[in-house]
Amino acid sequence: MRRIGITLLGLAIGAATLLAIGAGAAAQGTAPTDDEVNAIAKQLYCPVCENLPLDVCPTQACAQWRETIRLKLSEGWSEQQIKDYFVEQYGARVLATPPAEGLNWLVYVLPPVAFLIGAYVVFRALRTWRRAAAGASVAPDATVASDDPYVRQLEDELRRRG
Amino acid sequence: MLANVGFFALVLTFLVALYGAGAAAFGAQRNKPAWVESARHAMLLTFPLLTLSSLCLIVLLVTGAYDVEYVASTTSSTMPVYLKITAWWGGQAGSLLFWSWLMAGFATAASARRWDRDREFLPWVIVVTMITLAFFLSLTVLFENPFAGLWVTSDGQQAVAMFQPGGAVPLVPADGNGLNPLLRHPGMILHPPMLYLGFVSFVIPFAFAMAALITRRTDDRWIRITRRWTLIAWLFLSLGLILGGRWAYDVLGWGGYWGWDPVEIAALMPWLTGTAFLHSVVVQEKRGILKRWNIVLIILTYSLVIFGTFLTRSGVLSSVHSFAQSAIGPMFFAFIALTFVASLSILISRWPELRGESQLDSMFSREALFTLNNLLFMGVLVVCFWGVIFPLISEIFTGQKVTVGPAFYERATGPLWAGLLFLMGVAPLSVYGRTSWVNLGRAMWKPLAVSLVVPVVVVALGARSWPAILTYWLIAFVVAVVLYEFWRGALARRKLHGENLLVALGRLAGRNRRRYGGYIIHLGVVVMALGIIGIELFQTETQGTLARGEQMTLGDYVMTYDALSVFDTADGRNVARAVVSVYKDGRREGELYPRRDYYYESQQAMTMPGVRSTLEDDFYVILVDWQPIAAQGATFKIYHNPLVNFVWLGGLIFILGTLVAAWPEREPAGVGRPATARAGLARA
Repeated sequence: MRRIGITLLGLAIGAATLLAIGAGAAAQGTAPTDDEVNAIAKQLYCPVCENLPLDVCPTQACAQWRETIRLKLSEGWSEQQIKDYFVEQYGARVLATPPAEGLNWLVYVLPPVAFLIGAYVVFRALRTWRRAAAGASVAPDATVASDDPYVRQLEDELRRRG
Repeated sequence: MLANVGFFALVLTFLVALYGAGAAAFGAQRNKPAWVESARHAMLLTFPLLTLSSLCLIVLLVTGAYDVEYVASTTSSTMPVYLKITAWWGGQAGSLLFWSWLMAGFATAASARRWDRDREFLPWVIVVTMITLAFFLSLTVLFENPFAGLWVTSDGQQAVAMFQPGGAVPLVPADGNGLNPLLRHPGMILHPPMLYLGFVSFVIPFAFAMAALITRRTDDRWIRITRRWTLIAWLFLSLGLILGGRWAYDVLGWGGYWGWDPVEIAALMPWLTGTAFLHSVVVQEKRGILKRWNIVLIILTYSLVIFGTFLTRSGVLSSVHSFAQSAIGPMFFAFIALTFVASLSILISRWPELRGESQLDSMFSREALFTLNNLLFMGVLVVCFWGVIFPLISEIFTGQKVTVGPAFYERATGPLWAGLLFLMGVAPLSVYGRTSWVNLGRAMWKPLAVSLVVPVVVVALGARSWPAILTYWLIAFVVAVVLYEFWRGALARRKLHGENLLVALGRLAGRNRRRYGGYIIHLGVVVMALGIIGIELFQTETQGTLARGEQMTLGDYVMTYDALSVFDTADGRNVARAVVSVYKDGRREGELYPRRDYYYESQQAMTMPGVRSTLEDDFYVILVDWQPIAAQGATFKIYHNPLVNFVWLGGLIFILGTLVAAWPEREPAGVGRPATARAGLARA
């Protein structure tokens, strides 16, 4: 019984959406194509199907979101206006990446900073080792490449071939 | 009855594992070999006990014992037997049992080796593996018991409990809910076991590393013992990742194979540290440096393995894989924190003893380049880890959930991957020890010159995307270097031994499997890179609604919609199957059958694409929607995925290379000497 109710509700919403689209398209003269809808949907995520972009999500809820995009497009809304509308309705989580504001800055700043720190540590370690090597009285064999006698022989041969 | 036997075996194994860990630690500290031997026996007992428990579960699954909650929630009478067996790892409780069974198997295999030269490692290897096993068993015994039954309590409520609650009567559903439809695919049947095999086998090198630290054997013995374990762990993890990608491509119906989903990243992270580890242990073996770093890497890998299982199993991060949610998150969190802190403390306590045995002689030596390789891998790891946990941090501190999607990861890791490809070209030509940029340049110029032809040709052919041109050049460079290395090695052998080139090539790889296996792996990686660039930069798509007989166009392809049928199947599906014809350049290429399967039991739908595959490209069709009554109009989404099959081809080469590298080498003459002495000799 409940399922029938949900189905009827879905049909009603679908019919209303179609009517609205029809009205919108009539108002603007051109109906947006699926590709135009998907180009925006690709950049959005619904709160339910996390990590699946809206353009490929097969659920009914996402199909309705896509219809909303179609409706807004047919009313002449721009891509940015539509994205802003979804953010206003459902929060920043609908965007594919966090907007660069407030705490979200951290998501963009931390990885490069961590990498630079890592690079600095590696660079310092390499320099320290080199200094130690320069100061060492007994330098290791410069050309030791392998503990496998065959490979040593092979590499000697290769070196001779120049 | 059978459920009780299975549960009893689980509890017994848990106790035996705890005893094993305790007895081994006690025996090692008090120097009582009998206790260690007893602990070893306890460890050997865990595998048969868990095999018994697993067999009980499999029999329950196959015979449809729906009074067991796990059986009712993961199987149904319409499922074929092989799927009922795979339901063992198809749900949370069963997969934790599966993890434990593999852990016990690997611990047993590790204990079967000859221990005569490094007996002192044995107790600590037992302690680490048994503590890990006991942790996973505690989850199954206390929280996620696959043997728990279904009951109806006296007040009419449904309950899940191992033992009959007071006044309750058993509940036996007529049929089960069936396995999650997403898991009913060959890729998904194999993907979890491969991933778990990779995860579990990384525990062994970690156990040996801890044993080496605790017993103060800070030479490279632990690395030499676990060299093949590590390669095999890495092989399985790589296989798991590739199969997961293939499954996503075939089943998830979004035209791609990698969506930077948290659960995918969870499997990638230990692979990243594992790959860095595989490279940096070679430096320790050859030069006696990076000892501390190698321990750090294996600790990180172990923690990320547990973290990876945690992400898939705790439900803390919901994702497309979130079919396994439960309340075991805090347990995982506590265990990761505890083992991470404990192993780092052991490392710090041994810090002075892990000083390098030699120095770095040149910034252009192989050890310096391998260090850079590690830096880049760590860079990718930081991006991945941060991207995965940032939504949680944001939610905790601001109450706002955010999405960190593919765009973030692609932008942040792109340059790092490019750097790794470049190093993949340069490092094989470098030498250990003292060298200079002149020497490196002299070794590099020939393959470098050959590789530069590729970007010139690509630009001449009209390519203008600079990331693509750069990647094509890097790919050409790596291929040129690998071929050059094989070529000059084979030439040298021909000169030395008078062999013909083919024999020389075979023997060259046979005599230094790790090195030449590594080169084959590099080839596999660049072939995969070719496919990744193809789909990432040149994928095109379009969507449209067609009436029967109408057509839509994408690039050189034309697709016509011929027919659609909707029908029920005997295994409980409602299938909507379209028939479309594909034409390329006016010629008919064949029919495709994109479909949508709706599973009545689980009320879930699956989108199965129709794919026409060639080495050049894939034409990939998804049935998005259709009009159910007249079956006249249908909406299709079509993708053109250039070069995508190179991803799978590269994957095969990659696996082949790993097998070559991991294949046991014939022991060279003079192997009677201890390995440490030999290593010392090489460095002397």
